[in-house]
Amino acid sequence: MKARWAYSILAVIMVGVIWSYTVDEIRTTSVLSFSLRYAIPLILAAMVGIVCERTGVINIGIEGQLLMSAFAGFFGAAITGNLLLGTLIGIGTGMIMGAFLAVGAVTWKMDQIIAGTIINIIAAGLTSFFYAQGYTLPASVPIIAIPYLSDLPLVGPVLFDNGLFTYGAIVVVLVLQFLLFRTVWGLRTRAVGEKPSAADTSGIGVNKMRFLNVTLAGGLAGMAGAYLSLEAAGTFERGFTAGRGFTALAIMIFGAWNPIGAMGAAMFFGLTQGVASQLQADEVVAIPQQFINMLPYVLTIVLLAIVAGRVKPPAAAGRPYEKD
Amino acid sequence: MTAEPVLEVTGLTKRFPGVIANENVSLTVRKGEIVALLGENGAGKSTLVKMIYGLYHPDEGTIKIKGEQVKLSGPRDAIRRGIGMVHQHFQLVPVFTVAENVILGDEPMRAGTVNMRKATKEVAELSKRYGLQVDVNAKVEDLAVGAQQRVEILKALYRHADILIMDEPTAVLTPQEADELLRVMRGFADNGVSVIFITHKLREVLAVADTIEVLRGGKVVGTTTPSQTDQAGLAQMMVGRSVLLSVERGEAKPGQNVLEVEDLVASNDLGLPAVRGMSFAVRAGEIVGIAGVEGNGQHELVEALTGLRTSTSTRITIEGQDAKGASPKAIHGMRVGHVPEDRERDGVVGSYSIADNLVLNRYSEPEFATRGVRNTSAIDAFAESLVEQFDIRTPSIRTSAESLSGGNKQKVVMARELAADPVLLIASQPTRGVDVGSIEFIHSQIIAARDGGAGVLLVSAELDEILGLSDRILVMYDGRIVGEFSGAAPDRGDIGRLMAGGHA
Repeated sequence: MKARWAYSILAVIMVGVIWSYTVDEIRTTSVLSFSLRYAIPLILAAMVGIVCERTGVINIGIEGQLLMSAFAGFFGAAITGNLLLGTLIGIGTGMIMGAFLAVGAVTWKMDQIIAGTIINIIAAGLTSFFYAQGYTLPASVPIIAIPYLSDLPLVGPVLFDNGLFTYGAIVVVLVLQFLLFRTVWGLRTRAVGEKPSAADTSGIGVNKMRFLNVTLAGGLAGMAGAYLSLEAAGTFERGFTAGRGFTALAIMIFGAWNPIGAMGAAMFFGLTQGVASQLQADEVVAIPQQFINMLPYVLTIVLLAIVAGRVKPPAAAGRPYEKD
Repeated sequence: MTAEPVLEVTGLTKRFPGVIANENVSLTVRKGEIVALLGENGAGKSTLVKMIYGLYHPDEGTIKIKGEQVKLSGPRDAIRRGIGMVHQHFQLVPVFTVAENVILGDEPMRAGTVNMRKATKEVAELSKRYGLQVDVNAKVEDLAVGAQQRVEILKALYRHADILIMDEPTAVLTPQEADELLRVMRGFADNGVSVIFITHKLREVLAVADTIEVLRGGKVVGTTTPSQTDQAGLAQMMVGRSVLLSVERGEAKPGQNVLEVEDLVASNDLGLPAVRGMSFAVRAGEIVGIAGVEGNGQHELVEALTGLRTSTSTRITIEGQDAKGASPKAIHGMRVGHVPEDRERDGVVGSYSIADNLVLNRYSEPEFATRGVRNTSAIDAFAESLVEQFDIRTPSIRTSAESLSGGNKQKVVMARELAADPVLLIASQPTRGVDVGSIEFIHSQIIAARDGGAGVLLVSAELDEILGLSDRILVMYDGRIVGEFSGAAPDRGDIGRLMAGGHA
């Protein structure tokens, strides 16, 4: 039943997009490309939340993890003069931040919200303190047009003519969906997040599993951060992530803790943002820029109010596991 | 019965800070044998089986499984050696299917993925072979308690357990389900599976066990067989003194109605109907027992009557006064005592002292406070006298309630509610998780309250308790009263069938 209304929203959007494409090809393509670019970091960041919460750890520190890895990725690439190295530094930094949360929330059994908040504060402080002007990237992330597919009308230029990170993000979603619901790792991860004592008595190391997953999820945060500074913006500024880590948590909820669901939710977010920006740029509607910028935050609140109580989080999310 | 021993435990000792949980415990389990571990709460039964299951490591002593001396590194190790555990609190993932729960931790694989088809087939076969009926594709959260327990058992069997530890398995079952489980256990034994059966229900021990080991204070105090003993003998071994199993209870002398309920309707926490129109009365000087499997509306009934849950009704009166929609405080003011089913949550404030708990609903009465200032010496004197009178075992009235045993916490609740000299006592699961010695005491207090002229509404999932105490029995099923029994010795079977939704 839940899926049915998601499908009907999807159908309405598809019809709208196709209609719009027949009216104005260029604008439609540009809006959709913008929407996807907007959605990619949200998608990856939501995956971080999903992996963590499915395993029973609330990660409120995604924002800080994004910020740190965007910072490390950018300056890594700028200083070494190597984009790939910068990317790896970004992902590595994300994993270190993930391990940081794991030590606090899993090993020390701290309150998970506090552990995550600490990460956000540390990240804001460190990235501001060490921020320096005058660095530039050695190159931009290569755009790869996939042969034949990129020639398709509408979907070609939007989906198959992108930077490497964009393809990477979509692959991550599909792989994660498969891992979570088809593999032993997924079954055990979900058991640990739903009823850790049942997993424990079945011989699964609950805290080992949580530590591993939270750290690996940090790697995904690193990828999202690196995307922001290396592919999307090509630069780094203070407070650069602008609350995307928190928006991602809303998207995770809206997607019912499902990778594909969250991807859909993130794209919906991106689309509203893209349409609003285009309408404003065309001066179709005379809304001040500030209101357009407010949109993701307002939408977060509205969507959360709608789905609140209708989707069920993993039962053990937020609770450190202790044997009796 | 001289099959080879599959489990030999010798001289096991386990200490925790300040307590010796097990001291020099020895136990032998043979192939195909059902060994009952009998003892009060805190006697050390759980500690013993946790060591056998690898959850605790013994400080001293040896464990031999199938002739091999082992040092278990954890449950995984125990499982590998054929030990299975059916936990009292089910260790199942509610949102997973039966098959997913059974295979968790030991999943059949195909090309890196979980082979769900194979899993489903194997679990279905297992369920058929042992007569443990369950829909393998159903989600566990949709199953009834009895079915969930079958999933727990399947989980152990799937891991090829041939020594099955069952921790208080009948506590959550109806009498019929319990009897069925005892039959299943006998079936395991006939198939060469050994069973270690933990319980405090004497009737079941005598019905199914081959050997009975009685624990008290962390030690084995006796080993016997059903043919050598009876309920009274077992109870005496458990408690260390003779115990009155059935309370001496004189003829009831019922008076006027103290509680009248007409067409009471209440919903559960999910907003679904739980009490679907109940009408009954409780008279002064009688005990009315509500029998029923848990979750048939008893919880909501008690909360509605004590003002803790909103309800609709044509009429609720207490001693003729209108109590419809009254607040808990107002109902308490009509001299209604309430012993809640979950004493940890609703009965005591764990971090408060015993003295404060004993005046929890009377702290503002003139006896205990003047112009908003607590009269500590009066509270202390009151508490001292209740501790004495109700035999609450505590170092001092300053001790926090959470450090007391279950039985003593319950005595605190009983003392508080009875000290106010109620006209109506509503007692819900008054002896749940309480040791045999305290059960005897609590039962005698309930009878004393009745003989003192109070009406008692007793709600219990333990049919033996209902049968032992009640002057009149109402059977509750699906939010309705489906049967009423009074007079001497009503038939257990009839009541059990009504409890399960059938006909007497």
